[in-house]
Amino acid sequence: MKSRSREEEHRLAAYFRGEIARLATKPVRLMEVCGTHTVAIFKAGIRQLLPPEVELVSGPGCPVCVTPNGYLDTAVAFSRQADVIITTFGDMLRVPGSSSSLAAEQATGADIRIVYSPLDSLEIAAANPGKKVIFLAVGFETTAPTAAATVLAAEQAGLANFYVLSAHKLVPPALRALLTAGEVQVDGLLLPGHVSAIIGEEPYGFLAREYGVPAVITGFEPLDILGAVYLLVKRIAAGEAALDNEYRRVVPPAGNPAALAVLDKVYGEADAAWRGLGVIPASGLAVKAAYRRFDALAALPVTVEETKEHPGCRCGEVLRGVARPADCPLFGTACTPEKPVGSCMVSVEGTCAAWYKYGAGRWQV
Amino acid sequence: MKDERILLAHGSGGKLSHDLVARVMQPAFANPALDLMHDGARVEAAGAKLAFTTDSYVVKPLFFAGGDIGKLAVCGTVNDLAVSGATPLYLSAGFIIEEGFPVADLRRIVASMRAAAEEAGVSVVTGDTKVVEKGAVDGIYINTAGIGAVIAGTDISPLNARPGQDIILNGPIGDHAVAVMAGRHGLSLPASVASDCAPLAGMIKAVLAAVPQVAVLRDPTRGGLATTLNEIAAQAGVGIMVDEAAIPVRPEVQAVCDILGFDPLYLANEGKAIIFVESPYSEEVITVMRAHPYGREARVIGRVTPAPAGQVGLRTGIGGVRLLDMLVGDQLPRIC
Amino acid sequence: MCLAVPAKIVDRKDLMATVEVSGVTRQVSLMLLPDAKVGEFVLIHAGFAIQTVDEEEAKRTMELFEEMAAHEE
Repeated sequence: MKSRSREEEHRLAAYFRGEIARLATKPVRLMEVCGTHTVAIFKAGIRQLLPPEVELVSGPGCPVCVTPNGYLDTAVAFSRQADVIITTFGDMLRVPGSSSSLAAEQATGADIRIVYSPLDSLEIAAANPGKKVIFLAVGFETTAPTAAATVLAAEQAGLANFYVLSAHKLVPPALRALLTAGEVQVDGLLLPGHVSAIIGEEPYGFLAREYGVPAVITGFEPLDILGAVYLLVKRIAAGEAALDNEYRRVVPPAGNPAALAVLDKVYGEADAAWRGLGVIPASGLAVKAAYRRFDALAALPVTVEETKEHPGCRCGEVLRGVARPADCPLFGTACTPEKPVGSCMVSVEGTCAAWYKYGAGRWQV
Repeated sequence: MKDERILLAHGSGGKLSHDLVARVMQPAFANPALDLMHDGARVEAAGAKLAFTTDSYVVKPLFFAGGDIGKLAVCGTVNDLAVSGATPLYLSAGFIIEEGFPVADLRRIVASMRAAAEEAGVSVVTGDTKVVEKGAVDGIYINTAGIGAVIAGTDISPLNARPGQDIILNGPIGDHAVAVMAGRHGLSLPASVASDCAPLAGMIKAVLAAVPQVAVLRDPTRGGLATTLNEIAAQAGVGIMVDEAAIPVRPEVQAVCDILGFDPLYLANEGKAIIFVESPYSEEVITVMRAHPYGREARVIGRVTPAPAGQVGLRTGIGGVRLLDMLVGDQLPRIC
Repeated sequence: MCLAVPAKIVDRKDLMATVEVSGVTRQVSLMLLPDAKVGEFVLIHAGFAIQTVDEEEAKRTMELFEEMAAHEE
């Protein structure tokens, strides 16, 4: 799909940089909501291409990071049951819960399998009729429909031993909660392109309408991101609040209605607890009554340890964009990717992990 | 952690592996040859300067595009000797075999070891075979150790990295890791993707014969190019800056990385060498490498900088600069 | 939060499709994109096609950017 030459890319990048520098006459703070954007920004070294007036802060868009300890503790408790196979994306494996992690449980014999697709869980369930296969259904609107479709496929296949442990979350309600709290001044938002591919443009309409914040739906190539920063800086300079869609190639205004229909069949909106943000009304997804037999929490007994948060860990503030990773006393000392204390350090997409791995403040040109 | 246990990530070749060796093995065995932590140890015996190394092979699947566990077991040890600046001479081979393993597969593995040994000019002069109960190992594990003669007039050590040196790589990265994981995660690879597994002793010997001034030689295996560069930067106390655009990655390998969320800079290679040399010699090194089948795509990918000590930087495709850290944990397929 | 790659549909049977990226192929489900056709580019996430990639739109965005940059010179 790449048809631009290197020269063209460099010319465009230079153009965006020049325009951003020209238009950003006073300090602006832009939040990239999405963890994949956070990583793309660091990986491409985009922060250094921006003038000091433009500050990028990371938002609550890393699904692993915003999943509260209690969820991990529940997954760990299930994994200790002898007849349970946990299936999970690789992202969740090393996340520390209150006293353990799935990687640690795996090392002591728990049957935990990394899958690329939730559908892989169904093959595992079919091959292990004597076991209960529990898929850790974590993610935002991009991923939730894949879990919903897997539940439907399990029903169709007549599988009685497949379950989801659901902690899906929704992006727009979290943005509303952040802006309502007003704890962090955000002048513009970079919106998650792949969430938007499912939900479309409309759910973000309130950002400009009610909060006067310009926002851009954008993709993940370095030029997409630079282009989106340029569009935001331009809107801010003109004093306009509007929603722009830089990622039309995969984000039609209405999103993906077929995926939304599948999602709606299996899941309904529910209040959800976010690490750092607390309980946000209608910001999560719960398995609907008709599919309760696939809901691990409703269908299977489990005893979960008392949830503890690490004292001193400032993941919550980092997730709200209030603190930068370097503000946390544990960052880079007690908390590193090898020995993470908080989820922001363990997830590849976590803000702390990205800061650490890509050397924010560590690498001098 | 009071009852810390070994995790799979301790074997990934990245930070956790280093920590484990530094905390558990190195203190127990400390000596000057070991403490250099090179791919092969340099020792003296009976007046001869020797390089000595060992490695165990536990690859799954046993047979993959471009090679198998046998070829890997010979090439890996041959390459560790070659990048120690030695001519590989003798290998040992230890087999740990699971009860029930097909003898036909064993023959195939051994035949491919022999072919690789012939190409590399080494002889397997001693060995050992153990059979363990079903389930105690996964099919077959192989350990090889090797001895080589240090090539006179050369001085290869990670400590020789100096600011201003060029860093040369002999071809595209990530092929081995991608070929080995082909069957996993439902991916089907085109025939164009195969492990780069190859004995590099011939190419490296030719380079050292032409340019004995080569300062550092390493093969970026587990942990990938990024981890190896970090090891050198840390040991020599220098900075390293590499250029993303100069590091070749096949489109098929990049595609697998994009799908599974991997970074090719951390993928294992089994037929790659990186060479540090003062820049006036770079052209000659590259000419010699390109004349060799395993070095056709040799090129400069970066250079050594005075600062920041112990760190590796990457100039990105779009012109930014960022830290290129060591691998932490295993690369796992991820969706976010 | 969501890695996804564009891939080309090279074959489809019912709600399963074979998609291709640089010669690498994989089976993906079309449950979330039932109208996708062979030859189209789709966005792949966690084993599912989740959206079609509009090549015309991609070209338009690019041209728009190109124009902006050209205008500058």
